[in-house]
Amino acid sequence: MSSNLTTTGSNTTVSSGGLPSRRNTELALLVFAVLIPVFAYANVGLAMDDRLPSGMLGYGFGLALLAGVGHLVVRRWAPYADPLLLPLATLLNGIGLVIIWRLDQSERLQTRAKLLFGAFSPDAPNQLMYSAIGLALFVAILVVLKDHRVLQRYTYISMAVGLVLLVLPVFFPARNGAKIWVSLGPLNLQPGEFVKILIAVFFAGYLMVKRDALALASRRFMGLYLPRGRDLGPILVVWALSLMILVFETDLGTSLLFFGLFVIMLYVATERTSWIVFGLLLSAGGAAAVATFEPHVQDRVQAWLHPFAKETMAQSDQIAQSLWAFGSGGVLGSGWGQGNSDLIGFAANSDFILATVGEELGLTGTMAILILYGLIVERGVRISLAARDPFGKLLAVGLSGAFGLQVFVVAGGVMGLIPLTGMTMPFLASGGSSVLANWALIGILIRISDTARRPAPAPAPSPDAEMTQVVRPS
Amino acid sequence: MNKPLRRIAIFCGLLVLALLVRTNYLQFVQAEELKTDTKNRRVDIARYAQPRGNIIVDGKSVTGSTIVNGNDFKYKRTYKNGKLWAPVTGYASQGFGATQLENLYDPILTGDDDRLFFNRTIDMLTGKPQKGGNVVTTLDAKAQKAAYDGLGDAKGAVAAINPKTGAILALANKPSYDPSNFAGVGKKDSEAYNALQKKNDPDDPMLNRALRQTYPPGSTFKVVTAAAGLESGKYDVDSKTDSPDPYRLPGTTRDLGNEGNIPQCKNASIRVALQWSCNTVFAKMSHELGNDEMIEAAEKFGFKKDVKGGTLDPDLDMPVRPAKSIYPKDIASQNAQAGIGQASNRATPLQMAMVAAAVANDGKLMKPYMVDQLVAPNLNVIEQTKPKELSQPISAENAQKLQSAMETVVKDGTGKPGQIPGFTVGGKTGTAQHGENNKDNPYAWFISYAKTGDGSPVAVAVVVESSDTLRDDIAGGKLAAPVAKRVMEAVLKGKQ
Repeated sequence: MSSNLTTTGSNTTVSSGGLPSRRNTELALLVFAVLIPVFAYANVGLAMDDRLPSGMLGYGFGLALLAGVGHLVVRRWAPYADPLLLPLATLLNGIGLVIIWRLDQSERLQTRAKLLFGAFSPDAPNQLMYSAIGLALFVAILVVLKDHRVLQRYTYISMAVGLVLLVLPVFFPARNGAKIWVSLGPLNLQPGEFVKILIAVFFAGYLMVKRDALALASRRFMGLYLPRGRDLGPILVVWALSLMILVFETDLGTSLLFFGLFVIMLYVATERTSWIVFGLLLSAGGAAAVATFEPHVQDRVQAWLHPFAKETMAQSDQIAQSLWAFGSGGVLGSGWGQGNSDLIGFAANSDFILATVGEELGLTGTMAILILYGLIVERGVRISLAARDPFGKLLAVGLSGAFGLQVFVVAGGVMGLIPLTGMTMPFLASGGSSVLANWALIGILIRISDTARRPAPAPAPSPDAEMTQVVRPS
Repeated sequence: MNKPLRRIAIFCGLLVLALLVRTNYLQFVQAEELKTDTKNRRVDIARYAQPRGNIIVDGKSVTGSTIVNGNDFKYKRTYKNGKLWAPVTGYASQGFGATQLENLYDPILTGDDDRLFFNRTIDMLTGKPQKGGNVVTTLDAKAQKAAYDGLGDAKGAVAAINPKTGAILALANKPSYDPSNFAGVGKKDSEAYNALQKKNDPDDPMLNRALRQTYPPGSTFKVVTAAAGLESGKYDVDSKTDSPDPYRLPGTTRDLGNEGNIPQCKNASIRVALQWSCNTVFAKMSHELGNDEMIEAAEKFGFKKDVKGGTLDPDLDMPVRPAKSIYPKDIASQNAQAGIGQASNRATPLQMAMVAAAVANDGKLMKPYMVDQLVAPNLNVIEQTKPKELSQPISAENAQKLQSAMETVVKDGTGKPGQIPGFTVGGKTGTAQHGENNKDNPYAWFISYAKTGDGSPVAVAVVVESSDTLRDDIAGGKLAAPVAKRVMEAVLKGKQ
């Protein structure tokens, strides 16, 4: 907290003073965000082949270039942006690249790929390419989107596009038990990743308009403010939609994410606790109802409750393998490249990538990564607090809430805290859609934070101010 | 909107906190359990990531490691003369886990033990690969070979103990198995392993008979009954016992006789009754002492009265855990028969060797152990087993009386085949009936000890399972005593 912020009193988030841009802080942090993955990369090479990896210079320059471009663009087009978000995202993206490259070296996974698909192709080059595209998207957002309020105009278009993207996977074959993929030739997209941004935009725009109606026109019943039936409509629609995703796409994670996102934004918009109660009841009821007839969901719950049971292991030993990986890592971990998290096999470098962190970096590394995610989320909520317009507030809290929920759902699933759902760790996991969508998300947050912290236009001279000056004792 | 926003901030913080708590639980609280879970493949991978330490007998290793560079496993375990040593080493297989010493001392053998932390750190700093430590056993290679060869083609087991320390000298089984045959993960290994399973081989070659199989001890148990009698003060070794022949089992109309017509058994003293293996005398003695007193006496020798809490006996970890030997709580007629090693009386060869050892060691029963030292890769001793007294089932005075009676058995009685010229040998034969109406072939038993000038260096128990040739007279003296003799000789020769 800089000194001129503290002098403005208790409300530190809104200030009309000339805030420092904090761009140099960001640059200093970025140096670390690049150096840490480069050292990690060297470490993997030394541990696995006893020599520095040949691609080290290229990789280092590549990451530094991405970070540098990102920084320059922020400096030019969003000079008052939050200084932490870009370094945090770069660090996670960089570490993710190292882990994916490390798992590419795994003989076990190579043999497995050859056995199952006839050939093995490394994921790290793709991931690097998608990271570059993701950063390009980030740059494009900052350059094109001069003010986040522009997005407000696209409230209903966002909804329409979001719904189309959500429904699209139904027409494509399921992959590994979940219909969340759209396959276009060699390209496999997970539209769900983008939908979370579109839906957040829609909710923010919709709720900004309707919040008064939702908040005020309600009846009091048993200490809770119940909304009117006509206001309840859209909420029930979203609820039904999230259940349909669960049923038709067998995607527990996305369903949970959307509904959670909606409840959070509704609560922020209306300031009514009743919405949380209502939301929790609806989601619990819906989930329980679906679980009674959807075998896919039942399997997931069984696997969560009894990860080491014979029946579970016969079906998939992924969770057991993941738990073993975490446990075997212990406090300090086995060290880069020296674990056996590749035993997880399928999705070792995407959904289950956190298990590799757990085994090779240990409890220490896992906590560090989780705290990095926590920082992104909390910076996001802080941006929301600082934002001056309701749309920006809602959008920022929506995006960071979605990000936080996603991290919780994936990490919780991989660590056996909650039933496993097919989602990816933002930035860490291998997967083009995920990287692109999350860079876009960070871009929008940075845009909102820039608008929020940008010095307000100088206040018009106030007669009161003049008066006080007159009576100033001399 | 800021109030709910702050709450959302707290909520998101709680989500992250929940994850942090969970990872602490997984990676700190539960870590050890997950890490050492036998289904966790890392356990096997680590076991074979470097040449495994060795199991040592008489200064030579009976195990080895060979480099195979497999997908998961770099090294493979090898065994020298695996069939001979399998009852001691157990096995360490890439595909089928590990047992016995290979399993119990896995951290030492792989070098992962906490006590080897310093060695590991030095190795790591100097860039050397991790090395495993060695397990030095108490076994006597000559005695082991004598036991194994002595059993010949017969099914059976031998356990030999140093009575003064409790150190195991020999632990042999027939039939046995060679752990080298299934040390890997290949198809051949699976076939070899499956062929050894009981369902495919009724002889059950992987059963460690010396430690884990209980047999009715038959007449060898009379030594325990005699010890109980002497300790009670109601009997002396050479005083008459007022025993009829035949003896009517209490509460029944069934008469218990002796093997063949042995007139000496009538009213025989303990010495004479042991010499001729009189059932009548010891059944009566067991009845007169009563079930409780018999249980108490047997428990002092290491028996248990039931299998509550499992069939294995953690009190006798050496460190491989043997099966419980049982002297049962039972009605009078059964108790009388249990006193001559029949009814539900069950003992492992190890247990009967302990009985002989306790008598030979003037009544002090030492806790059996088979590992002398654990040695770090740099040959520093990291653990040394100290002999420990388990109990004193019989006073020194009574032990010496019993010794003289057991020596009579070998000198002038049923145990003559156990004689070793130049040494005093005490022993007791046994022929245990089993099966419904005793229709199965009986077990031949012999327990004995040999003495030198300064006490007894070896006590041994031999059991030979059925043999068709000696259906009626399988007397332990003929089948089991010669094996015991070879083992004792091997030890005595080593001492000279």
